[in-house]
Amino acid sequence: MAVALENGRRMFDYWLTVYKRTWKGTMISSFLLPMLYLAAMGIGLGSFVDSNGTGALGGVSYLQFIAPGLLASTALQIAVGEATYPVMSGLKWQKFYHSMIATPLRPADVVYGQLAFIAFRVLSSCAVFLVIITLFGGLKSPLGILGLPVALLVGMAVAGPIAAYATTLENDSGFAMVFRFGVVPAFLFSGAFFPVSQLPDWIEWLAYVSPLWHAVDLSRNLSLGTVNPWLALVNVVYLLAWFLVGTWLAVRGFTRRLIR
Amino acid sequence: MATIAARVVPVPVRLGGGRHIVERNFLLYRRSWVVFLSGFFEPVFYLLSIGIGVAHLVGDFTLSDGTKIAYAAFVAPAMLASSAMNGAIFDSTYNIFFRMKYAKLYDSMLATPLRPWDVATGEITWALLRGAIYSAMFVLVMLIMGLVSSWWALLALPASVLIGFAFAGAGMALTTFMRSWQDFEFVQLAIMPMFLFSATFYPVETYPAAIRWLVEITPLYQGVVLERAFTTGTVGWFLIIHALYLLAMGTLGMYVASRRLGKLLLK
Repeated sequence: MAVALENGRRMFDYWLTVYKRTWKGTMISSFLLPMLYLAAMGIGLGSFVDSNGTGALGGVSYLQFIAPGLLASTALQIAVGEATYPVMSGLKWQKFYHSMIATPLRPADVVYGQLAFIAFRVLSSCAVFLVIITLFGGLKSPLGILGLPVALLVGMAVAGPIAAYATTLENDSGFAMVFRFGVVPAFLFSGAFFPVSQLPDWIEWLAYVSPLWHAVDLSRNLSLGTVNPWLALVNVVYLLAWFLVGTWLAVRGFTRRLIR
Repeated sequence: MATIAARVVPVPVRLGGGRHIVERNFLLYRRSWVVFLSGFFEPVFYLLSIGIGVAHLVGDFTLSDGTKIAYAAFVAPAMLASSAMNGAIFDSTYNIFFRMKYAKLYDSMLATPLRPWDVATGEITWALLRGAIYSAMFVLVMLIMGLVSSWWALLALPASVLIGFAFAGAGMALTTFMRSWQDFEFVQLAIMPMFLFSATFYPVETYPAAIRWLVEITPLYQGVVLERAFTTGTVGWFLIIHALYLLAMGTLGMYVASRRLGKLLLK
């Protein structure tokens, strides 16, 4: 156990060193973009939604409705981004994973280190975004700050399965599919922009299957102060299940790909 | 059969060697047509989410001149213009940069009788053909959803090819100045705000005067105005100015791109 922790820490240290050189580029995608969405949708479009009456949203302003949803969506996008191209790069293009397991590190350590770095990326970017949301007046209750651990949870829930999928690919065209049929629909139909009850029934059920909906719902209920403890428990347990199964799949995928 | 079709495709401005590049790209994408087709879904997802989901929240959408329009009918032409922009930019920046720097494709092409101008026209023609296919499918979706209210909508397709031309030309010209993948963050930095703020989701009149002026000079705004006029049938002579803007942007871009390609690769 202690060895696994130590090895994971070393791996995390590697990623942090890389990130020190590249963090500037990530600023645009990880919080400028969600901030622009917040401005365009929350404020621009929000003025039309608010003037139409926000009964369907439970009486809160559109900005306060979408802000917690955008926070969770941002976490998902960062996590997927970090679990796709960097993983393929390590396996196929730069092959740094191969050099890592030539040391005492095991494939599982490589996975834990990678996930720890993704957790760091999600937490740091979402923390900055949360501050911006607060300045915009997007949080209704101080409990909305708990949207940060929820963001971490949804990031972790998707990072494992996506990394596992990345280990099965021979080239990056599979990622285009992940983004077009996974990330984009999840972003658009998981309740971040409108309540999923407005969707046709069968799409509504698809939304409940998506981990993002659980994170959006939990994060929003915390911010609006409308938490139902049982529903919140379901949200958390569902996301944890994705995290645990996903991590297991990722360890299996890395082991298969790196040790033949 | 299919390659014959690729050979007879007209190449704009000058009948040159560009058609060989179109044919080459066509042969390449025949292997990954699923990826090719999937590019169509993104704007449709946006249309369904914003145009239908958010439309419930917005209710009746009244424009500044008092006309009422369904919110989906307001957003759809903007999605059409944005997807023409996105497709053209993606094809003319990431793909071209990869071919130029990593695959060294243009080095080998220029070792044949092909000239830089052929490379520029060929790649841009390909980007436009690809974009035209997506746009045609999107217009069809709009028609099925009942979001088209005028025969002018027939011009929505040429308009989206024009938007594609403008962005493909500019994108390719810019790509010849890029040093590394990190520079593409700047492309994102230009594209995303345009997508969100160019009167795409709400009318330009919403902005204060100073910002409004800034929005109105962006190229995507020109495209959104064109597409919205055609699909809603509110057509006027003023549209010619928007079309000329896009035409000039594409032509200039293509000229710069072919000059730069020659400079970079024919030393």
